[in-house]
Amino acid sequence: MSREVTNLLYLVTIVTFILALRFLSNPATARRGNQIGAAGMLVAIVVTFLQKSIDSYWEIILGMVVGGTFGAVAARKVRMTAMPQMVALFNGVGGGAAALISLAEFHRLAPEPGGLQADISTAIMLSAIIGSISFSGSMVAFAKLQELIRGRPIVFPFQKTVNALLFGAVLAAGIAIAAGSEQQWLMWALLAGASLFGVLFVLPIGGADMPVVISLLNAFTGLAAAATGFELENNVLIVSGMLVGASGTFLTIMMGKAMNRSIANVLFGAFGQIAPSAAAASASSNGGQVRSATTDDVAVMLGYAHKVVFVPGYGMAVAQAQHDVHTLANLLESRGVEVSYAIHPVAGRMPGHMNVLLAEANVPYPQLKEMEDANEEFPRTDVALVIGANDVVNPDARNNAGSPIYGMPILNVDDAQAVVVLKRSMSPGFAGIENPLFLNPKTVMLFGDAKDSIEKLSAAVKGL
Amino acid sequence: MSHGLLLTFEVTILVLAIFLGFEVISKVPTLLHTPLMSGTNAIHGIVIVGAMLVAGLGDKDTLTTIIGFVAVVLASANVVGGFVVTDRMLEMFKKREKKPEP
Repeated sequence: MSREVTNLLYLVTIVTFILALRFLSNPATARRGNQIGAAGMLVAIVVTFLQKSIDSYWEIILGMVVGGTFGAVAARKVRMTAMPQMVALFNGVGGGAAALISLAEFHRLAPEPGGLQADISTAIMLSAIIGSISFSGSMVAFAKLQELIRGRPIVFPFQKTVNALLFGAVLAAGIAIAAGSEQQWLMWALLAGASLFGVLFVLPIGGADMPVVISLLNAFTGLAAAATGFELENNVLIVSGMLVGASGTFLTIMMGKAMNRSIANVLFGAFGQIAPSAAAASASSNGGQVRSATTDDVAVMLGYAHKVVFVPGYGMAVAQAQHDVHTLANLLESRGVEVSYAIHPVAGRMPGHMNVLLAEANVPYPQLKEMEDANEEFPRTDVALVIGANDVVNPDARNNAGSPIYGMPILNVDDAQAVVVLKRSMSPGFAGIENPLFLNPKTVMLFGDAKDSIEKLSAAVKGL
Repeated sequence: MSHGLLLTFEVTILVLAIFLGFEVISKVPTLLHTPLMSGTNAIHGIVIVGAMLVAGLGDKDTLTTIIGFVAVVLASANVVGGFVVTDRMLEMFKKREKKPEP
């Protein structure tokens, strides 16, 4: 196949990817968009198969069977609650592939005299560095989300100094390669150093900041793929990689805004490793008392309300309570109660996490309200039912300048007539911050596992 | 086409892709941010093209064979897993399948 035809067919792929993203602007068309994108990917794969430079097929076919089977099985089997780690995993393998392509290209081209032009070697070192960081960083994020290692920030002395020195060394190796060094060991050292940096860079980031990290790693893999495109002089890689890079960057910025924190603060702040200062804590808890309620009390509140807003958080995902939440919502609706869901942008472990879980439970998406709309509804709400959310409903973000989350936009559940908080215990949230909402006279606590509490509530509402 | 000219074309489409990306993605509602992430995840699986070009070279040493093979495995997992997971997710977003209330 000639280069011209190849490039035109790759353009078809590019167009399908753009359409896939466009169709994502509406839930009704989104699925078709994804299918169009998959078809475009197939075109690119077939076109690549027909390239003159491809002489040997068994590596490709065997690799596709192995990788494809793994991907298909993992993607089919994974539970919706485990989706953040699955996204991290698929992101990481893409970054890893980009890094390996650079390694192979450098190995092939460097020994040839004049084989490496400056732009190619620059692209090689960029995709090697970014791809490796994305690979190892995503694997650590995966391990944290899968709870293979603890989710809280992991810190050690001189961490920032070590990271800075390591990154400096990786960068130096990268510059040497870009400048035309042909040393193979330098490339291996660069890959090892960048991978180690990826690990060290994600380790100190806490679970609640995962939406930012996952978005950022998503952007990294896209950039690595785009750099690979420069390496291989391949348009489809450049454009597709950059589309992903833009998307990941966009989401990262959105998540940072939703937390009112700079990306640098998220990445290097090791948020939530320490208890809040005593002053901040005492300023917020002005001697109020925690009131706990029984299931029957809460069932009465819900059953005779006009409007109930559910506020899900990561606790709902952990307890896998989304189906029971929907059952309870249906029961309330059949009693004539107006039900909606208030979704904070950073609730959960990845952007849009709560929406996916509730969609899995067949909650109709028009009931899922974004933060701004939900905040307008709270003053007209009789009961706000907080299910395993904590920091995203913490009024300290509005009122207490000493709080670590001060300034973060939150769901103003305390505007509702009454607030019910479903919580396992009084332990602080993932950011390790006290929550004065629990001491608010409007608030009652319902302690216990979220799934269990919701099931009991449903039974009690039925009995009303 | 000279190498320098090719490079300028590549940089041009790269920059256009940045603007296009932001334009298209800013229209995605927060409701669909997870499918957006996993969908773009699937799209960066396009590195499979690069992996195939490396693994399919006829005259290559053992090291390149191994690296190319592993790259194809990783990229295929990325492509298939990414699209399947996204499809599973998007299938779930429904307006209201049945009316439980009158």
